[in-house]
Amino acid sequence: MAELAPGRLVQVRSDWPEARGPAHIRTPHYLRGRRGRIVRRLGEFPNPEDLAFARPAPKLPLYHVAFDQAAIWGEGATGDELLVEIFGHWLQEVPAQ
Amino acid sequence: MPEKPSTEPEELPRAHHDLGGVAKYACQPVDTEPHALTDFDKQVDAVRSILGAKKVMSVDELRRGIEAIPEETYHRLSYYQRWIRSIADNLLRRGVVSEEELRAELERG
Repeated sequence: MAELAPGRLVQVRSDWPEARGPAHIRTPHYLRGRRGRIVRRLGEFPNPEDLAFARPAPKLPLYHVAFDQAAIWGEGATGDELLVEIFGHWLQEVPAQ
Repeated sequence: MPEKPSTEPEELPRAHHDLGGVAKYACQPVDTEPHALTDFDKQVDAVRSILGAKKVMSVDELRRGIEAIPEETYHRLSYYQRWIRSIADNLLRRGVVSEEELRAELERG
């Protein structure tokens, strides 16, 4: 996938590898399927989903992604955000509306 | 690709260690008091450090092993008890120790 620029709208994949067998996932369950905004690219890091099983781990881009807090937790002031580190392979671009 | 609705059905296949936002924890105060480490805790941490430094197992493998602990046991074990359980699991998988050796040491106490 192309690099995601700051400000880009993204959606976290609604995928549940843990339901298909042994897995190690760094994307928390409460963000699957949620929409957020790219804040910055943090660099490239070996994929922990492979490292966890001592498999060869290709480096993948990691991003800071901001999510509207109220939409996820149902509480918080307007403008409150969650800032979460998410690997690029969990993110899909959302077409501009 | 619609966004997930904000009211989340509970039947999502969430892994039992993936506790963020789980309703039962939202209703309990978070214990933020510091906890003293026991000798056992420090020994487990030391073993993990040595295994990491010697490239026998990574922190990612430690986490995978912790997450693989069955749910009922997971919630019964302390933080470092989960670590030693994962370390033992990883060392058995890699053949660093055998089941017989581990059993003999446990019986020796």
